[in-house]
Amino acid sequence: MTKSDTTIEIRDLYKIFGATPAKFVGAVKSGMSKAELGKDHGHILGLNNINISMPAGKIQVVMGLSGSGKSTLIRHINRLIEPTSGSIMIDGRNILEMPPLELRDFRRQHTAMVFQRFALLPHRTVIDNVTFGLEIRGVEKAKARESGMRWIERVGLQGFENRYPSELSGGMQQRVGLARALSNDASILLMDEAYSALDPLIRTDMQSMLLDLQAELKKTIVFITHDLDEALRLGDKIVILRDGSIIQQGNSQDILLNPADDYIQRFIKDVNRGRFLKVEAVMEALPATGLGSLPSVKSGTTLEVAAKELTASPHDSAIVADAAGKPLGLISLRQITAALSSAVEASAP
Amino acid sequence: MDWLFKFPQIDPDSLLAVKRLTDGSLRALTRNYGDAIENFFYPLQQVLIFFEDVMTGAPWPLVILVLAVIAWFAAHRWSVVSAVAGTLIAIGLIGLWNDAMKTISLVFTATIFSIAIGIPLGILMNRYKRVGRVMQSVLDVMQTMPPFVYLIPVVMLLGIGRVPGFIAVVIYAIPPIIRLTDLGIRLVDKEVLEAADAYGCSRSQKLWKVQIPLAMPTIMAGINQTIMMALGMVVIASMIGVQGLGLNVLQAIANQYFTQGIFNGFAIVGIAIIFDRISQAYGDRLQKHRGATHD
Ligand SMILES: Nc1ncnc2c1ncn2[C@@H]1O[C@H](COP(=O)(O)OP(=O)(O)OP(=O)(O)O)[C@@H](O)[C@H]1O
Ligand SMILES: [Mg+2]
Repeated sequence: MTKSDTTIEIRDLYKIFGATPAKFVGAVKSGMSKAELGKDHGHILGLNNINISMPAGKIQVVMGLSGSGKSTLIRHINRLIEPTSGSIMIDGRNILEMPPLELRDFRRQHTAMVFQRFALLPHRTVIDNVTFGLEIRGVEKAKARESGMRWIERVGLQGFENRYPSELSGGMQQRVGLARALSNDASILLMDEAYSALDPLIRTDMQSMLLDLQAELKKTIVFITHDLDEALRLGDKIVILRDGSIIQQGNSQDILLNPADDYIQRFIKDVNRGRFLKVEAVMEALPATGLGSLPSVKSGTTLEVAAKELTASPHDSAIVADAAGKPLGLISLRQITAALSSAVEASAP
Repeated sequence: MDWLFKFPQIDPDSLLAVKRLTDGSLRALTRNYGDAIENFFYPLQQVLIFFEDVMTGAPWPLVILVLAVIAWFAAHRWSVVSAVAGTLIAIGLIGLWNDAMKTISLVFTATIFSIAIGIPLGILMNRYKRVGRVMQSVLDVMQTMPPFVYLIPVVMLLGIGRVPGFIAVVIYAIPPIIRLTDLGIRLVDKEVLEAADAYGCSRSQKLWKVQIPLAMPTIMAGINQTIMMALGMVVIASMIGVQGLGLNVLQAIANQYFTQGIFNGFAIVGIAIIFDRISQAYGDRLQKHRGATHD
């Protein structure tokens, strides 16, 4: 399987729920707030001026509290929800202007979706659920079954293929949901709070499984969550929504080190920074001379791990080096402590 | 003050004119198109006669065997099979075998017909909201109108016999299957429907692969109700020429034969139990994997 080269370009996307959305899109564009639109005009502002470039072959996380518009956003990508205005370009085509038949084909060939409450078909066995997408596309039964069995094995459900969803635990049901999505062999994988209904331990397992699969498959994944830990763990890129607007976009380091406002500050307050911050994000420039016999840590190492290594060594700084061993910067225990202790200090220059 | 105690009704002459006009045109319709109408229903009549001949003509052990096998396939339980066979034997023992076969064949054909028309109507009702609202009112009228009232035009147009009886039974029995098909489709989980859309289902794929299967337990409940209503109608239908257990009950009422009434009444109950057990058990088996029941 090759890396997906499908990017998703969302431009100037607006969604207003209500009887006559078109009447208000102008007002919203020139600054009417969600509260005003709701109170004075009885319409709900679902998405407000969304612009995102979702990278190919990466995991794009969309995060926000309940009601911030996450589900609305992800449902525009396969157009389960009709936009009020804007465009979404995928492989040079504007999804939001596709005629119905082309849209249906696009959904069959290019997207697959995983749902919060699994959305499996209760009257079908695991294998028949997994091959559902292929069946809809008209793939020959034997071939669909073969590919379905491969994915059932890949998500660790071999032996369960003839069971019914009601006989499986939540975690196992969501594996079925994932296998159904993967067997569709689509370049885009849409996951709307796919893990939110699972117990914390199962959830961590499922996250690891997704990361393993992604290392191999390199699909363009859009992952919705309201959980910051999950976002930081999975997201190559993270977008934070509030009231239908984007508050901040960036990778995990940007969000942790430079939170855009109080809202995000509150979000990241309780997170274990050491587990997500990387050494290269807080290191300082290499001094001209005197590196001497300092130990080195690889870039990409988390602060947690780096701190442990430094504490065990006689030195209190280390050289950050890339995969090839080329030195990139210098990291010290003092910097690590500062970065871990608070977002405010860490974001100061 | 007189007007307070006498309702200001429409002028009796005008009312009479309306009645004359309606009844007159219905009669004219029968006179002019009676043959055409009869021809139209001729195939239906042949089907009804065919089923009745099959049921009454077949050797009784074969009938019991076939129904027992059907019970087994529907329920997969010996208790249901033995209840079905036992009931049939009891009906035979009290001398009502032939009449029971006539009643079973009428109820069976009326049910098949109701399903064949009712499920598509239920689907239409669900898909087109405006059709749905109109149909809702029609069904309300059908379910509250006393059957004797719609027997009148049916008899005027078709006379007395199997076909008008059959039509009366279907009119009476079809509303539950229509309503419950619509309801069943409406109750399908929204997220599952979303999944169907997300995977690119066409309308018909969504209907046949998702909506109908998920609505099936509710539809089965509708079929069960339809069967029970059809059975409930056999006595009334016997007033317009349907033979079988219903006719015996009617005679029993007219002549005050209490025992005959009781025997035939119990035979009808017995048939109801047979149909009910088979269709319930089948519905339960459909439910098995849906988390509603576990066994
Ligand atoms: N069909 C709809 N009609 C009217 N308003 C809607 C509709 N769907 C969503 N909304 C509104 O749009 C806003 C965003 O909803 P959305 O479901 O996208 O939020 P979310 O971030 O997914 O929340 P959650 O975490 O609860 O799933 C909410 O205010 C919601 O009430
Ligand atoms: Mg949501």
